[in-house]
Amino acid sequence: MPKKIHVNAKINGDEADFLVEARQSLLEVLRDVIGLTGTKEGCNDGNCGACTISMDGRIVDACCVLAVEAEGSDILTIEGVASPEGLHPVQQAFLEQAALQCGICTPGFIVAAKALLEKEPDADEHRIRHWLAGNLCRCTGYDKIIRAVMQAGEMAKAK
Amino acid sequence: MMAEKGAKARALAGGTDLLIHLRAKVFELDRVVDMKKIPELTEIAISSEGLTLGAAAPCYQIYENDAVRETYPALFDSTWMIGGIQIQGRASVGGNLANAAPSGDTIPSVIVHRGVCVIAGPNGRREVPAEEFCTGPRQSVLQDGEILVSIKFPPPMKGEGSHYLRFIPRNEMDIAVAGTGASVVLNNGTIESARIALASVAPTPVVASEAEAFLVGKEPTEENIVEASELAKKVAKPITDMRGTIEQRVHLVGVLTKRALRKAVERAKGA
Repeated sequence: MPKKIHVNAKINGDEADFLVEARQSLLEVLRDVIGLTGTKEGCNDGNCGACTISMDGRIVDACCVLAVEAEGSDILTIEGVASPEGLHPVQQAFLEQAALQCGICTPGFIVAAKALLEKEPDADEHRIRHWLAGNLCRCTGYDKIIRAVMQAGEMAKAK
Repeated sequence: MMAEKGAKARALAGGTDLLIHLRAKVFELDRVVDMKKIPELTEIAISSEGLTLGAAAPCYQIYENDAVRETYPALFDSTWMIGGIQIQGRASVGGNLANAAPSGDTIPSVIVHRGVCVIAGPNGRREVPAEEFCTGPRQSVLQDGEILVSIKFPPPMKGEGSHYLRFIPRNEMDIAVAGTGASVVLNNGTIESARIALASVAPTPVVASEAEAFLVGKEPTEENIVEASELAKKVAKPITDMRGTIEQRVHLVGVLTKRALRKAVERAKGA
C-alpha cells in the first residue's frame, strides 16, 4: 500500500480530515474516499467540466487538482449548493426549465453557474455562454441550460 | 528536491497539463513538486522595471490584474482565452511554456512582450529569452533539476500596442489551429519596432523575423501590414493533423497576422 497523506480542508462548510495517496486527484478522493459522488467524472482530462467544484472561491475541474493540493482549502461541491430550506435558485431553475437529461453534466453546470451569478448577477446570455464554455452537455443542446441560468439570475435579483 | 530524481521529477503549477499527461502515461514520474506555495513562483509584480510574472501564477490572476491588462494587452488576450474558466483558475503561463506545446496560446504573447525566462537549478540561475525556451514539441531548455521561476518583461515602450488571437473552430475551449501574437511600437507615425510570433504552425512557437524587419521604419498602412503578413507565412512550417491542414494553417497565418497587426497598431495609437 502506498503511504497515505493526511489532508485537512473545509468541504461544504464542514472541516474534513481524510487520507489520500499522492497520486490521487481531488475528484477521485471526493467520490471514492469521502463519498461525495455528486461531483461526476466525465472525461477526466479537463475538457468536460462535469467535475467542476469551487475551490477557494474559484471554479476548477477536480480532475486537474491533486487531492494533496486541497490542504487548507475551502471547497464547495454540488452537495453544498442547496440549503436546508430548499433548492438553490440555479437548481430550481434547472428543474423548471427541464435543463437536464442524463444528468452527468448537471452538477458541474450548477456549481459553475452559481459561481458566475454570485460574481456577476447581471450576466447576459453571451457572458453565460462564455462562462459555461468549459462545461459540456451531450444531451440538451445547451439552450435549456442557458435559459435556466438566465432565469436563476432573474430569481436571485427578484429576492 | 527536483535534482535528486533527475528526469523523473517535474514541477507542478496548475496541473492542467501535467496531471493529464501523467494519467495518460505520456511520461512516468517518481516525484511531482508543487510550486504554488513558493511566493516567488506565484507573484505578479509590476514596477518601473517592468513585470515579473511568477511561473505558476494562474491565468485568472493575470487577466484580472488591471495593470497587466493595460500594459501587456497580448498577455491579457491569451490568458483570457486559454481553456475555460475552470482551466483559467489553475493554468499558468510558466506551465504553458514548460509544457512546450507548439499550440501554447500564451507563448507568442510572452515573446512579443519580450519576455525573458528566469530558470533556477542546482547550478544557480540563468535567463533565456522566451523565443528560445521551447526547443521542440514538449521539449524545452529546462535541464533535469531545473525549474522555471518567473518570466520578466521590460516595461512597455511609449507608443506600444499588442494583440494575440487564434483560429479555432469553436468559440471557446479549443486548441489553436493557428495563433498570432504581434506588438508594434509607433513613433511619430512610423513603426519603430515590431514583434510577430506564431503558434501551432511549427514544432515550437516561432518568430517571424523577416516580417518584423520589414515593418521597421515604415508607416502602419494596410499595404505594409498585408506585406508583413505575407512574409510571416514564410516561417510557418506546419503539419497536417486532425485540427487543420498545412495549406489552411499557412493561409491562417496570413489572416491572423494581418488582424493582430491591425489591432496592435490601433492599440498603439491609443497608448
